[in-house]
Amino acid sequence: MATVSRNSILALALIGSLSIGVGITFFDAARPRPAAAAGMEERKALVEKLRLTDLCLFTEARYTRHPSQTDLHSAAQDHPLALEHFPTGSLIVPPAGIAHAYEKLDRKAEVPD
Amino acid sequence: MKSWIEKQKYLIDFTLSSLARRKVKNLGLLAVYTLIIFLLASVMLFTHALRREAAAVLQNSPEVILQRMVAGRHDLIPPGYLEKIGRIRGVQKMEGRLWGYYYDSVVKANYTFMAPSAEPIEKGRIVIGERIAATRGIGVGNVISFRSYSGKLFSFTVARVLSSASELVSADLILLNEGDFRAFFEIPEGYYTDVALSVANPQEVTNIATKLGAQLPDSRPILREEVLRTYESIFNWREGIVLVLMAGAILAFAIFSWEKASGLSAEEKREIGILKAIGWETGDVIKMKFWEGALVSLTAFCVGYIAAYLHVFYFHSGLFEPVLKGWAVLYPRFALTPSVDGFQVATLFFFTVFPYVVSTIVPIWRAAITDPDSVMRG
Repeated sequence: MATVSRNSILALALIGSLSIGVGITFFDAARPRPAAAAGMEERKALVEKLRLTDLCLFTEARYTRHPSQTDLHSAAQDHPLALEHFPTGSLIVPPAGIAHAYEKLDRKAEVPD
Repeated sequence: MKSWIEKQKYLIDFTLSSLARRKVKNLGLLAVYTLIIFLLASVMLFTHALRREAAAVLQNSPEVILQRMVAGRHDLIPPGYLEKIGRIRGVQKMEGRLWGYYYDSVVKANYTFMAPSAEPIEKGRIVIGERIAATRGIGVGNVISFRSYSGKLFSFTVARVLSSASELVSADLILLNEGDFRAFFEIPEGYYTDVALSVANPQEVTNIATKLGAQLPDSRPILREEVLRTYESIFNWREGIVLVLMAGAILAFAIFSWEKASGLSAEEKREIGILKAIGWETGDVIKMKFWEGALVSLTAFCVGYIAAYLHVFYFHSGLFEPVLKGWAVLYPRFALTPSVDGFQVATLFFFTVFPYVVSTIVPIWRAAITDPDSVMRG
């Protein structure tokens, strides 16, 4: 009976330790990280100084290197029936409000001087 | 209370020995369950941390970027455009940006060339991103040559390598002198790639963008707010490969739970029949199965989640690298700052642990309320 009982204690101890492990991830994420903070400040400063607009995550195509700056047609840029063929195209969504800039072309715009 | 605890301990003991009787099946199930949670939690943690990073870093990006569109494509800003923008009330500062792309056939990588106005760079010298330096095997003082789109060869000396801490925004950057940039891409004086604007009153940004659109119909203003929203929705779970991944994981999990909920094996039924025949109450059988579901799902959740946390924040999301890299040669090495959203973790917990426990208990309840003799006979 004693052996059987030990199994339940072991199982509960295991679940308890794992739950503490999950809790530790929250503390770990919240603890201050001077090196990471310094890195973040450096990236922020570089973005401000160079007037950058995007993260350098996907360098394979221009519309994935600068997703926020891309135009509506760049994914199908090669010819009118071109399919979007870069793998990153299946990872990221089109930029926010991309169609908005084209919608105004339907409306009356002031004649430029 | 003590007797209740003792009873639960005995139930757990019995559950463990029952699980041990089907060791291979249960261990396999635990492994698959853990793997599904690991995958879902990794995607969740990675995308959350990346979105947070983008929101923090891009807070300092230009308030408005103005592009010019020709035949649906981004085109150069011609001379005279800046004057027209300057006439719009509310525009505080404007600056033509010069940047472009270059394909380096030596390493088959794409670079972003940029002539920054805020950083003076001597003629014939360049500042390069850490990843370019690593990929091309060059450092400060080395000379590197690029053949321009017109066929001319240009040589530059590396003046500085940008720090590895900034790789997430600068891995593929080549900063050079404005004159060199114009000569390399043959962009005449007065032309710019686009214009970065500052607005006097931040509340007026949308109005200024509307005015810009009205005054310059061929232009496209991109607000900082839109840039931030683009990165807020990056890797949105409702789109692209993340949806495929989530759908796959959820389907696997549904099959998993369905297998559990749709019926019991003959062996499990016989076990319940015997337990009832020797005097176990329906409530005890259900409690025993509750513990089975709880032990398996809690172990899988905790192990899967902790492994995902370590994978994303301590092993640089190594398993995602081939997917994120795509066809690109340059891929930044970056460590995401650990960040956990309690609500997301709770949602993951609710959608993975809860259905499994329910799907374990329901068929048992159905079997446990029937006559032991008929259960044993199947």
